[in-house]
Amino acid sequence: MSEIGEHHGALAHHFEDLEQQRQSADLGMWIFLATEIMFFGALFAAYAVCRWMNPAGFSTGTSLLDVPLGTVNTAVLIGSSLTMVWAVQAGHRGDSRSIIRNLVGTLLLGSVFLVIKALEYSHKFHDGLVPGSLFTYGGEQAAGVEMFLCFYFVMTGLHALHMVIGFGLLVWLILLARRGRFTKEYSNPVEGVGLYWHFVDIVWIFLFPMLYLLEH
Amino acid sequence: MSESTAPIARPPAPTREHYLNVKYGIKSWLLTVDHKRIAILYLISITAFFFIGGAAAVLIRLDLATPAGDLVSSETYNKLFTIHGIIMVFFFLIPSIPAVLGNFLVPIMIGAKDLAFPKLNLLSWYLYMIGGSFTLWAMIAGGVDTGWTFYAPYSTTYANTHVIATALGIFVTGFSSILTGLNFMVTIHMMRAPGMTWLKMPLFIWAQYATSIIMILGTPVLAITIVLIAIERLLGVGIFDPALGGDPVLFQHLFWFYSHPAVYIMILPSMGVISEVISAFCRRAVFGYKFIAFSSLAIALLGFLVWGHHMFVSSQSPYAGMVFSLLSFLIAVPSAIKVFNWTATLYKASISYQTPILYAFGFIGLFTIGGLTGLFLATLAIDVHVHDTYFVVAHFHYIMVGGAIMGFLGGLHYWWPKMVGKLYPEAWARFSALVIFVGFNLTFFPQFLLGYLGMPRRYHVYDPEFQVLHVLSSAGASILGIGYLIPMVYFLWSLRYGKDAGPNPWDAKGLEWTIPSPPTTFNFEEPVTVGDVYDYPTEDETPPWKQGSSEGAHV
Ligand SMILES: [Cu+2]
Repeated sequence: MSEIGEHHGALAHHFEDLEQQRQSADLGMWIFLATEIMFFGALFAAYAVCRWMNPAGFSTGTSLLDVPLGTVNTAVLIGSSLTMVWAVQAGHRGDSRSIIRNLVGTLLLGSVFLVIKALEYSHKFHDGLVPGSLFTYGGEQAAGVEMFLCFYFVMTGLHALHMVIGFGLLVWLILLARRGRFTKEYSNPVEGVGLYWHFVDIVWIFLFPMLYLLEH
Repeated sequence: MSESTAPIARPPAPTREHYLNVKYGIKSWLLTVDHKRIAILYLISITAFFFIGGAAAVLIRLDLATPAGDLVSSETYNKLFTIHGIIMVFFFLIPSIPAVLGNFLVPIMIGAKDLAFPKLNLLSWYLYMIGGSFTLWAMIAGGVDTGWTFYAPYSTTYANTHVIATALGIFVTGFSSILTGLNFMVTIHMMRAPGMTWLKMPLFIWAQYATSIIMILGTPVLAITIVLIAIERLLGVGIFDPALGGDPVLFQHLFWFYSHPAVYIMILPSMGVISEVISAFCRRAVFGYKFIAFSSLAIALLGFLVWGHHMFVSSQSPYAGMVFSLLSFLIAVPSAIKVFNWTATLYKASISYQTPILYAFGFIGLFTIGGLTGLFLATLAIDVHVHDTYFVVAHFHYIMVGGAIMGFLGGLHYWWPKMVGKLYPEAWARFSALVIFVGFNLTFFPQFLLGYLGMPRRYHVYDPEFQVLHVLSSAGASILGIGYLIPMVYFLWSLRYGKDAGPNPWDAKGLEWTIPSPPTTFNFEEPVTVGDVYDYPTEDETPPWKQGSSEGAHV
């Protein structure tokens, strides 16, 4: 069923050459990211409207979040973007060992992020600061605080889900690199996943101030 | 791979290998990455959904034959119109032309061997099926009664039906739509054959491209909106519920930001079909190629700026209402440009009155009525009078059924010989086109009157004064239903008994008619170079079907 191209093992049967295949993959990833922007964009818009309608509840909610942990996580994530850039550069050189090293670095930093995130989540659960039946916050503006926390969990949860998907992609790349599939001519999967990873980082760059810092 | 042999009769005599007979067995279909086979998978699935949604419509119309609504209970009635709307919009109309005809034709029309991402294409179909199964399960398990619009806070707080499962089904299916759009865009950008510049692309491709833009930019907004509905319902947090500090109009904004452009996901591909059909049966290039091509893009972009016309009476600021009203008038311009150009193409052409162009005529007439009544609704003052009445129902059915489905059926008839290599029976096809046209108008024209007289939509029980018009509408619906069953029968019949189509039964231009029917797996044996895809002979030449020989000998 899957015919292998005559020129290069990685060339799919329906493409003329590797260049066309690379550009198609790149364009596909950019278009996918455009849909992601609309996905998160609509969520941000809903957040903005709800915040505008419940300003007091949302700023109380903001003050309940752990800014130091969020800051550390921001730094960790930016670090993972750096290792990702190095991996992409190594891909352009066709240097499999360096690709693997940097992808593993990205994976580790990403895991640190998720561990810290899980820590934050568990504190929130412990304090009854989760929307729904476990919500025990008794202070003022309880409904607004609950709505804020709902957005907090949905937004950071979707972001974390994107990171978990990213982990899968990183592992896939590492396996491909170990099999020596990447050469100077062909490393576009690394590039595509790189784009994705940076996008997920940028989402966090927006989430962090919106959720943690915007107290008024 | 093909250990099980399907009971498909092999054609007699010299068997040419093509995409349908290259492999047999259920596995060769479920694991295929051939865009043409995936198109067939979609065709079968959307037809099934069409008849499910249609059955719900039949029950609704039967029930409305009497003012008291004697057939079903009010709860069941609410579930029926919800099922009808959800199935027809998300599981039939939106995938219809893109996923079937687009899947089949986009690579062939631009001279490519496949879509850019064949495995993603198969994944789209699986997502569609998973989403469809979820939704069907929700319906069998008890149904949903929110209407296809899921308006909050009814859907989030008060409805006690299967909102979340249905929403999940639509969410998953949305990704099938996104992936199809993404695949088309990349394919059209990257895989055109040498010589096919942007302005030499068939107009069907322009329409698919414009549709894809809406699919990739609109669908994610619906996806997140549905997630928020499910979460609000699950956790009892009031994002959309005003009693808990939320805003129900926010839901309407988010919902219509997708769902208005979604109308163009349904109608733009049909417009592409009509352009192709008209040029093939008038035997000339469509008048004003560039106007038609760019008006598709204009519709796709303007379509994102008019969603507020659904909220003229939902507490939206009157100033916003005025802007949305103006923009809604503006979007009629590119649509009108298309209609004028098609009409100019038909003017003094030597037209061959085959079934596909009959559907094109139907499309132009009905779409124009649907579009013009849309202007009524875009007018603030009139909308106050007719909003949420049968006038709206009639308007969007003229667009979605009179427009989109006419286009789909026209396209299916036009390309059927290419897809299966057989001709459908022309006389039956013309007859059923007529039945559908008559049935459609009898169903929906009375609804304009009903709405204007004040009959609200979605009501189960109504004033006896409306009964005459409702009975007319129900009578029309039964004619329409029969009209849809006839093509189903003769298409299946033609698979076995239809005449061999040959590569080009219409003597049409375009790359798809230069290759055998059905095509081989990789579409083109030789490298393709493209000249003019609308290279029809000069005006005065007698077309071949008027010379008596209908043998499709192409140059
Ligand atoms: Cu609209």
